[in-house]
Amino acid sequence: MASQKKKHLLPGFGLSLGVTLVYLSLIVLIPLAAVFLRTTELSWHEFWAVVTTPRVVATYKLTFGASLLAAVINLVFGLLTAWVLVRYQFVGKKILDALVDLPFALPTAVAGIALTAIYAPNGWLGQWLEPHGIKVAFTPLGVVVALTFIGLPFVVRTVQPVLEDFSAEAEEAAASLGANRWQTFYKIILPAIWPALLTGFSLAFARAVGEYGSVIFIAGNMPMISEITPLMIITKLEQYDYAGATAIAVVMLVISFVLLLLINLLQWWSNHRHGNK
Amino acid sequence: MPLVYRSALVAMLLSSVSLQAAELLNASYDVTREFYKDFNPAFVQYWKDKTGETVTINQSHGGSTKQARSVVDGLPADVITMNRSADIDILAQKGKLIPANWQTRLLNNSVPSASPTVFLVRKGNPKQVKDWDDLVRPGVTSVIPNPKTSGNGKYSYLAAWGYVTQKGGDAAKARQFVTELFKHVPVLDTGGRGATTTFAQREIGDVLVTFENEVYLLQKELGEDKYEVVYPSVTVLAENPVSLVDKVVDKKGTRKVAQAYLEFHFSPQGQALAAKHYLRPQVSEVAQPSFKKLHTFTVKQAFGSWTEAENTHFSDGGIFDQIYQK
Repeated sequence: MASQKKKHLLPGFGLSLGVTLVYLSLIVLIPLAAVFLRTTELSWHEFWAVVTTPRVVATYKLTFGASLLAAVINLVFGLLTAWVLVRYQFVGKKILDALVDLPFALPTAVAGIALTAIYAPNGWLGQWLEPHGIKVAFTPLGVVVALTFIGLPFVVRTVQPVLEDFSAEAEEAAASLGANRWQTFYKIILPAIWPALLTGFSLAFARAVGEYGSVIFIAGNMPMISEITPLMIITKLEQYDYAGATAIAVVMLVISFVLLLLINLLQWWSNHRHGNK
Repeated sequence: MPLVYRSALVAMLLSSVSLQAAELLNASYDVTREFYKDFNPAFVQYWKDKTGETVTINQSHGGSTKQARSVVDGLPADVITMNRSADIDILAQKGKLIPANWQTRLLNNSVPSASPTVFLVRKGNPKQVKDWDDLVRPGVTSVIPNPKTSGNGKYSYLAAWGYVTQKGGDAAKARQFVTELFKHVPVLDTGGRGATTTFAQREIGDVLVTFENEVYLLQKELGEDKYEVVYPSVTVLAENPVSLVDKVVDKKGTRKVAQAYLEFHFSPQGQALAAKHYLRPQVSEVAQPSFKKLHTFTVKQAFGSWTEAENTHFSDGGIFDQIYQK
């Protein structure tokens, strides 16, 4: 007993673990268990039939494809934004910094309506894009735009603090040792911010997968083309088909969980490679 | 000490509830907000004059099916006012909250008001849309909400189907027609209001297919000079049924006032208020010169029942789904 207690530097491990488990159970596990339970109304055969209809499969492709694409866009531009916010001083920086958080605070339906208004063929941007054959609103591209918008803060906010802590001396040292700019970025900066980047990426991705409010306004919701999986779930609910709705939800959960697990593994692996030096 | 305060507060709340006269909750669908803002004060006044009691009426609005689901899941609504009988049937089927024969309990199958599905076109009717056939002409696009998620969309779909069958066409013809019609629908919004926005604000489509009362509200909001109403030769009449939620009123002891509230819908005053909000009164001889005489059919007349229509057309793999399967 005594030797076991020594393992924990901080006291109260048992209590805090207990509280954590209860908390996670109440907030996450029990509701999710209810989702799984509800699908047991269906036989395995029925379940499979519901989740593999061509129309539903088309929504998986759009939801996960557009979410990945949006997360990648946010990875690149989020990093750039974080870099600018940390490294440069300019007028209006505080305002720009605050602007980044807005997609968090805005009700997503408002975002959806605003984006649709801008990108519709008669909108501010839409009227210029339309003649060039670029249709954003009411197409899958619109879905990507909405998901990019709502996922913007994640990468910026996860990378920003790491960049702030990253000392400029390391870069100077690299430069004085003859590294060019690309080498400095690739060999010195990127490894340091990589875990934070991945975290931001996976958060943005997860957020996008579950998004409903903003997307339904801009998607156009055409079957087989621009329907997202959460809309399929709502559609089932509208037909009082609770079991069918939860069946699709279970598939979403499983795919999301596997993808997030993979990202976590990637992070763990890269930590092992770069970190612990 | 805080516990004492809290129990005192609870006691106060409880006593205030018991002292207060009845409080009703009306679970309704999305676009009845404006109507009930007029209707509820009128009933409160009527009830006060009649019984001396003060009644408070709370409203809950949302997509009709979502509202019905909330009531099944335990929203303590005393009355439910919907735009499809199927959304009230579900209370009998899933929740056993009301008897299956609920529609027989009030006048006119419990339908105080109704609204036909009509067309709204842009000023001057540039595409010369006169009837359903014009909606499938090349170059004409229509905005209709998704029948899978919207009662409004279901009515529009059934109206198009019924147009063909009422003219003597068979099911195959009707199916061909709605398939063609939905090829001319560029956006499927999830609800009626969303479709209105797409048509009016985004300027998508030549025709908005929606309820007559929504059309008039839109004209009032956005100006009568921007759009024109087109009445098709034959269309569906969307009936708006009402019902008590028996389990809730019996538990809360509000049956009497809730019943009176529903009956007030059928009174001359209630009917006049419906007409004021462009809902066609169904029982009372309210002077209604503003409503154009139309050739309409109900879902029951053309499709047997909502359940049958639902199963054939809107269930998974049903005819509507097949339109989009390639």
